[in-house]
Parts: sequence; structure tokens; C-alpha cells
Amino acid sequence: MVPEYETVIGLEVHVELKTNSKIFCNSTTAFGGEPNTHVCPVCLGLPGVLPVVNRKALEYTIRTALALNCEIAGFSKFDRKNYYYPDMPKNYQISQYDLPFAQKGHLNIELNGNIRRIGITRVHLEEDTGKLVHPATITTSPYSLVDYNRAGVPLMEIVSEPDLRSPEEARAYLEKLKAIISYLDVSDCKMEEGSLRCDANVSVRLQGKEEYGTKTEIKNMNSFKSLQRALAYEVERQIEVLGNGGRVIQETRAWDEGKGITLSMRSKEEAHDYRYFPEPDLVPLVIDRQWVEEIRASLPELPDARKTRYQRDYGLSAYDAARLAAELELAEFFEACVKCYPQPKMVSNWINGELSRLLNLHNININACPLTPPQLGALLELIEKGTISGKIAKTVFEEMFNKGKDPAQIIQEKGLIQISDEDALIKIVNEVITQNQKVVDDYRAGKDRALAFLVGQVMKVTRGKANPELVNRLLKEKMQ
Amino acid sequence: MELYYYPAHQLHQMLVKKEIKAEEICLSVLNRVSQVEDKIKAFITLTHEQALAQAKKVDEKIARKEKISPLAGIPIAIKDNICTEGLRTTCASHILENFIPPYNATVINLLNQADAVIIGKTNLDEFAMGSSTENSAFFTTANPWDLARVPGGSSGGSAAAVAAGETILALGSDTGGSIRQPAAFCGVLGLKPTYGLVSRFGLVAFASSLDQIGPFARNAEDLAWLLNVISGHDPLDSTSRVEAPPDYTGFLVDHVRGLRIGVPREYMLEGIDVQVKQVINQALAKLTALGATAEEVSLPHSKYALPTYYLIAPAEASSNLARYDGVRYGFRAGNAVDMIDMFKKTRSQGFGEEVKRRIMLGTYALSAGYYDAYYLKALKVRTLIKQDFEKAFSSFDVLVSPVTPTPAFKKGEKTGDPLQMYMSDICTLAINLAGIPGIAIPAGFINGLPVGMQLLGKPFSEGILLQVAHIFEQNTDFHLKKPDLK
Amino acid sequence: MDTMTTKETKKQVITTSQVEHVALLARLELNEAEKDIYVNQLNNILAYMQMLNELNTENVTPTAHVLPLYNVFRQDEVGRHMPVEKVLANAPEKEEQFFKVPRIV
Repeated sequence: MVPEYETVIGLEVHVELKTNSKIFCNSTTAFGGEPNTHVCPVCLGLPGVLPVVNRKALEYTIRTALALNCEIAGFSKFDRKNYYYPDMPKNYQISQYDLPFAQKGHLNIELNGNIRRIGITRVHLEEDTGKLVHPATITTSPYSLVDYNRAGVPLMEIVSEPDLRSPEEARAYLEKLKAIISYLDVSDCKMEEGSLRCDANVSVRLQGKEEYGTKTEIKNMNSFKSLQRALAYEVERQIEVLGNGGRVIQETRAWDEGKGITLSMRSKEEAHDYRYFPEPDLVPLVIDRQWVEEIRASLPELPDARKTRYQRDYGLSAYDAARLAAELELAEFFEACVKCYPQPKMVSNWINGELSRLLNLHNININACPLTPPQLGALLELIEKGTISGKIAKTVFEEMFNKGKDPAQIIQEKGLIQISDEDALIKIVNEVITQNQKVVDDYRAGKDRALAFLVGQVMKVTRGKANPELVNRLLKEKMQ
Repeated sequence: MELYYYPAHQLHQMLVKKEIKAEEICLSVLNRVSQVEDKIKAFITLTHEQALAQAKKVDEKIARKEKISPLAGIPIAIKDNICTEGLRTTCASHILENFIPPYNATVINLLNQADAVIIGKTNLDEFAMGSSTENSAFFTTANPWDLARVPGGSSGGSAAAVAAGETILALGSDTGGSIRQPAAFCGVLGLKPTYGLVSRFGLVAFASSLDQIGPFARNAEDLAWLLNVISGHDPLDSTSRVEAPPDYTGFLVDHVRGLRIGVPREYMLEGIDVQVKQVINQALAKLTALGATAEEVSLPHSKYALPTYYLIAPAEASSNLARYDGVRYGFRAGNAVDMIDMFKKTRSQGFGEEVKRRIMLGTYALSAGYYDAYYLKALKVRTLIKQDFEKAFSSFDVLVSPVTPTPAFKKGEKTGDPLQMYMSDICTLAINLAGIPGIAIPAGFINGLPVGMQLLGKPFSEGILLQVAHIFEQNTDFHLKKPDLK
Repeated sequence: MDTMTTKETKKQVITTSQVEHVALLARLELNEAEKDIYVNQLNNILAYMQMLNELNTENVTPTAHVLPLYNVFRQDEVGRHMPVEKVLANAPEKEEQFFKVPRIV
């Protein structure tokens, strides 16, 4: 019998907070910018400089931790994590070691209708590093270049318990985390810009075993899809290693998106010894309970609550409600549409259907497309009134999506108004019946499919503009 | 007496009364530098032109009848581990030999606002690690009282410059005695403020939880004036006290009646030179004659200060000095095959022996498996040492002790054995561990070499220390004696 | 104060291989002679440190900061940046607007 393995995954997620200034100095956190232009003596680590904590960064961390059901520390401090790397201006990172701002939280993920609670070990705050630019790849470049613009951007680290049992769960967890953080408005959460980054600890163990297998740490996963693919690959790799009687080596492995494999990141460096000690340049923090309660009171409605509300107030299915609630912008778009056109189910169908399809196709966010809620509302009204058919509406919608035009204008310009004039249609119906006598016989012989063909023929002649219900009725009447 | 030996507060009066010009003071000091600097070697960098330009600006202000601040036009020397914008700041290290800071330390901004005249950057032990300036990567400064002896350290250049009349005032930094010990060796006054009184922003860090910038002067009043300018809250330093400091000149009153002096027994034991003890006892007799009371007190954990200090300070230093890697500034070694090789070569060639020794010691103390046994243990003993002082200050206003076990030692005398060198700081280290203020004042001479007395107070009691120093010098003339540099 | 008895302590606290490891952590390159010196000197110093073990510190709170200061913050405001020429002015090596470093691996 082939042994059954259980997958064990824990995620370490880094989120850049969208404060205006860096965590320990007043340089801007703006993304992009010419190299080394968003720096000052402090974030450049010049001799003699000192850090001062940005209160907003702490507030955002507490905000997130509360949304993740964490316990907020009463007493906390920063520590120095010592290691050498040229993207770190001081060769130590100001981080948190034994007294993080928050611990012991959780979030729920939903997969195939099952809800699972995933533990959050800790949430802490640290400073981001600069960026290395390699003229070729890291191994083939004869030299590298350093840009410190990102150095000192506040970075929140969220560590999960090893509670995830599959790559799909890991993806669902990260998607949920991203949704929550977006709702909280504390980060841009753009994986492609690096404001949301994720490392994974992966191991497998025989089904039923208590103790964990040896884990590997997977890095360099730049999208939800690559997270899932990388983990799936790594799980399979480990099972294969064990199946062949081998042993998993505890190491860091990088996901190679192009090749679809994980590769060992063997380095000449010794095993890490970070020599953590309390940051002497920063004083400890006694977190004011009243402040925490104020932050708690200011928390917005979170994805789970919104989903429930959509089910309850709008009668949406769990699936549709969850899809809308998963992305704040989409959910807000939905609600704005419902205001214009108060038929939530219809609106939801269009957003989760055509709109999502086009957003995915163009790989853009709802905010990047010119379509407005009143426009979608107007389109749905035109369908309801029978001005255009559902089919034509899809064509019109695509035009609205691309150009941001009003549906009425598109219909006007392209002459897409539905033909609901009986006199005009009877002529065409009669022609079609005459030209398709054999099909008409089939219909009369009881073949229902024949009707659909005849409707199609009428539509063809009218270039889709004929009111389908009317065509149906007229055909039936004529063939009786 | 030449202008270069005048007290700052007197020069100020003369400026205000238009008896002299700031330019004359500056020229007098620069002249003195040109006469004696060959022997003393107190400065790493001198700023003749800028200093004169600054002095002339003050003269223009006076000519325009503008009110000038107390330090306006007063020459001051800056220890070369305090960042000065556009002016080379080396920390007496090869690794920063050509480093030109693009920013000013907060104390430098304060001095500039006060129109003080910065005349140069003074020598020190590399990164302030040492007690003699012999660890300077460039040269050793001489003690003005005996050129064959060290001026003390690490702020030896600042202390020697003040003693030799090469400046009126100076700034140093004190992590374990680096202001007080050279002040004592050179026969001048030096103050280590309470941790948090003076901003550390721009002071190149050695041990962040111990470092403080402080003033050197030749009398208590000047010290108070300078402290008035450099002390106070700095939003750029998270460890800076928020409460505004008092006007320290207000403490320079003429009595010590009722002052309770404690004399820590552990600072007068066998490690201390007998003659030094005599000097301290005579000084105590003087103070009691003036109305103070003196009693013995115990600081039972005193002997643990040295091992505690030499775990905490190197541990913090090992991290603080990690940034010197040849990437962003400073020296970079050539011929490196890759990144890690460049780091290692740069640091090995760029740092001197003592700095490397402390980095090694500190790295070890923080490393996995040793943290609890060394670093954490030291932090706990630090608590005990601090509590000793708290207890003592519940019964006494000030504590009095020697600054050093002996007067200035000869160059080369202790360079062979690091532990012996560390021992010269046994009377000063605990004060940094406890974060309290300490002042070194001239209290006598042994064979022509100055001996210092250390006055310690509770946190933020600099005023009382200055008061005692002031009264002591009103009734003695040790601070008026000048080294013969002919 | 205790006078030090550095010659009495023959016990090795730190070995050559530990010195090598520490040197690597600290990014220092040591030749054989230097290793010997460090083993010797660090052992002397560390032997002296053992004095701290005389003290029972089980219930003592460590002091990392001497001042009773807490919660020092700055507001989230952007200030002036350094001109890039100033940022790069002290760079041992640069290329365009970047700091240039040797190959990483």
C-alpha cells in the first residue's frame, strides 16, 4: 500500500504598511522613484543616526492584529536582528523578537464549503530592506547595485501556525489575509510590487503521525498562483524523497516560476545566528488599552461580516457573496450598483460573471476599468425593459468595460435596439418559415430543437436585435 | 594671561563690552595651536578658515548691536566622533578616514545656533574604545603636563586641547569614563551628563545604552554655560529626556552647607594609588570645612562593574559597528572576490586591534548559546549596580571618589595587556551602567601630574554637581594651574 | 576593587574554532597568529567575566535602558530627502544612481 502523507504548511507573510513616511525616519514610502532618492541619513544607516518610531505604523499593526483576533501585548519592545547583507544599511534589522506587538490570533478560511480556523502565531513590526539589482542573475552577475529607497519602509510580519493542510488552503489563507488587510486599508497589498510577500514552511508526515516532518522554507513566490504551484511541487518533491527512502533536508528553497520547480538556495554562509538583543536606541512600549479599544472600535466591516450581510440582506448564495466580499473594491462596486439598480442578484450575476471574466482577461483591478456603477445599472435596466436582449447586452457591456461609455450611447451608435415591433418581425418570420420548410416539418413532428434553430435564423437576419421572446411566440403561432 | 586661557564667561563679558573681538579670541587660540600642536597632537582636523569666518560673523552681530548668546564667538573643539556636516568625521579610524557627514549632530546644530566657533575635530581612541588615545589609527595625543604620558581617553584630544589652551571649550563623549578620565589626567573639568540629558543624534555610536556627549572646560561656570547649550530634549533621539533642563548657571551659588557627601568605600580600596586617596581625602576635608558632611557608604556591587561593562559595551558595539562594511561610505578593501570577502577584508583592514577585539568579544557574548550566560547576566547585574546607587542617593546628595586609580600613565605602559588598560576605568564604568551624572574636577597634583576628583549625583542632578565643583574651585586653585609647554 | 589575576586562569572558555566562528559572524578575517592572540586574550577576559557567576540574579530584572522612558513616537510626516549626489558622495563605488557592490555569490 502506498503510504498516505499529510501536508503541513505555515506561512510567513510580510506586508508593507502604507504610512506616508518610513518606520523610523521621515523619508517617503512612495513606491518607485529614482534609485536612492527616497533616503535620508537615518534610513541610509549613516554613522550617528538614531531611529524614532512612526506611531502610525504601530497603529496599523494593532489594527491588523485586532482584525486577526490577536491578543495585543501590554508591553513590547524592538530588538536588533544582526546579519550582514548589502541591502541592509546597518547590517542589522530593527525587528521584534520575544515581545511582538500581538500574538495568538486566527482567521477562518472557506474551501469547498468547509470552514477552517487557521491560527496566527504572531504579528510584529520591523523595517524593510533596500533592494539589490543584478545586471544578470544573482549567480552570474559580476557585480550588483543597491537602491535603499525601500529601506526602512514599515514591514508587518504575520506568522501563521502550521495549520494549513494543502496548497489550496495556503492560497485560501493568503487570499483571506489579503482581503482583510485591504479592508483595513493599511497596505496596498500588491504582490507584484512586493508590498505583500509570502514565504512558506512546508513539511509532510505520515497520516496520523503526531510529530512534524523536516520542513523546508520556500521563497520567491510572487502571486497566489505561484504560491499554490510552488507548494504543490514542494509537497510532491518531499513525498518522493521520502518514498525513495531519502530524507528531507532542512533548507531554504527558491521557487523558479519559469521552470516550475523549487531549488535549494545553498549559500556559503554559516547557519544563521541573529544575535537578537533589545534595541538600545528605542525605548520600550507600553501599549495603552484605551488606544487599543479606540482602534478596535474603528475597525471596518470585515470580509466575513460583509459576506454574511450579502447573504442575509440580498439573498445571495454563499458562493456569490464570498466572491464579492473577497475584494473590497469589488464589493464596494457591487453595493454602488445595487444603489442604482436595486436587484442585487442580477447585479451579482453580472459582476461575478461578465465583469469578473473581463477583469481576469485583462488582468486588472476594478478601479483600473472605466466602467461606473450607474452605467451597469443602466444596462440592467435596458435589459429589463427589453430594449436590448441579454445577448446583445454582453456586447454592449464589453464596450462599456473598455471605453467607459453609457450603454444607451453604445446601443444608439451601433443600432443595437431590440426589434420588438410585431409587424416588422412577422415579415422575417414568414421568410424564415418559407426557406426552412424541412425544419418546420420537424417541429411539427414534435422536434423541439427545431424551434431553436428557427429562432436562430431570425436572429441571424436581424443581427441579434430581435426580441427573442417575441420571435418565439410568433414562430409558434405561425407553425400551428 | 593670553586670551586662549581665559574663561568663556569672561570672554563673553569682554565681547559684550566690546573690549575684544571674537576674531581676536579665535586668532589667539589658533596661534596657540600653531605653537603647541606639534607637541600635543590634539587635533585630527583643524578648521582655521571656517573658524575665523564664524568669529567674524559674531563680530558683525556685535557691531550691529544684536544681542549675542553666551557662547557666541567662543572657540570650541569637537571630538571626532560627533558628526559635522561637510567636515570630515573619522572616529580616529581608517574605516572612516575620508568620511564627510552630510548632516550635523544635534549638539553641533545647537552650537551653531549659539554662534560658537568650532575650531577643529579632536583625536580619540578609535570609535571611543580606549583610555589613552593610543588606539587612534592616526597618532597618540600627548598629555600637556608630561608629553611622555597619555592624556587619557577616549576623549584625550579634547581634554588635552582644553588643558593646553588650544581651545576654550570642548565636547567629548563618555561611555565608560571617556570624558572624566582624560579630564582628570589633563587637569581640566569634564562632565558626563545623565543618560538622556544631551542628544546622542549624530554621535557615532559605540555603546548606545551608555554613550553620552558632555562638555570639557577649565572651570565650573564654563561647564554650566556649555551644558546649557547642548542639553535638552531632541525629538530625533528616542532616549532623550522630554523635561526641559534648568539653567545650570543658576546653581553656581557660594555654599555647600548641609550637603551630604557619601564616600563609596569600594572606590577607595587597595587598587587606588595611596597618593590619589590622599588627594581625595584632602578635597573632602575642604568640602566639609565649607559646611558639607561626609560619610562612608557602600556600593556592594562595584567590583562587578568592570565585567558587566565589558560585556554590555562590546555587545552593543559589535552591532553598532556592523554598518562599516565598505558599501555606503568609508574605506573599502580592494581585490575582493565576492561580497562576503569584501566585508571581511574591509573590516579587517579598516578597524584597529582594540576595536576588533571588542567586536569579537561582543559578538561572542550575543551569540547563540552564550546570550543568557553573558549578555543577559550582565544586564541583570547592571540592575544591581544601578540599585546600589539608588540606595546610596537615598541618604546622600553626592558621592565623591577618585576618577582614576593613578595619575596619567606613560605611553605604551598598558598597551600590551587589554585587561590592565580596562582597569584604569574602574572608578568610572559603573556610572555609565547606572546612567547617572558624573563630573571630574581638578583636586590636586602628584609629582606635577593632575589628579581628578569625581562627583556623582542622582539622575539629572547636574546642577548640584556643578555647584559643588564651583564652590570647590572658589576655594582651591588646582584648576588655575597651567602646564608648562615651552 | 578586585585586582585581576589573569595568569591564574588556565581554563579555556573559548576555543580556536569558536574564535573562527565568531570572526565569521562579525565579518572579520583573522590570520593564524591573530587567532592565537584572540583565543588567548578573549579567554583571559572571559575568565574574568566568570566573576559575575558569584551573583545570584535569578529574580533580578535585566536593565536594557536606564531611563524610565516609554512610548516615544514621531508623527507620520514626510520630510526632506537628501539630494542623490549627497547620498552617494561617500560611496566607495557607485554606478549611475546606485551603490555598487561585488558579486553576491
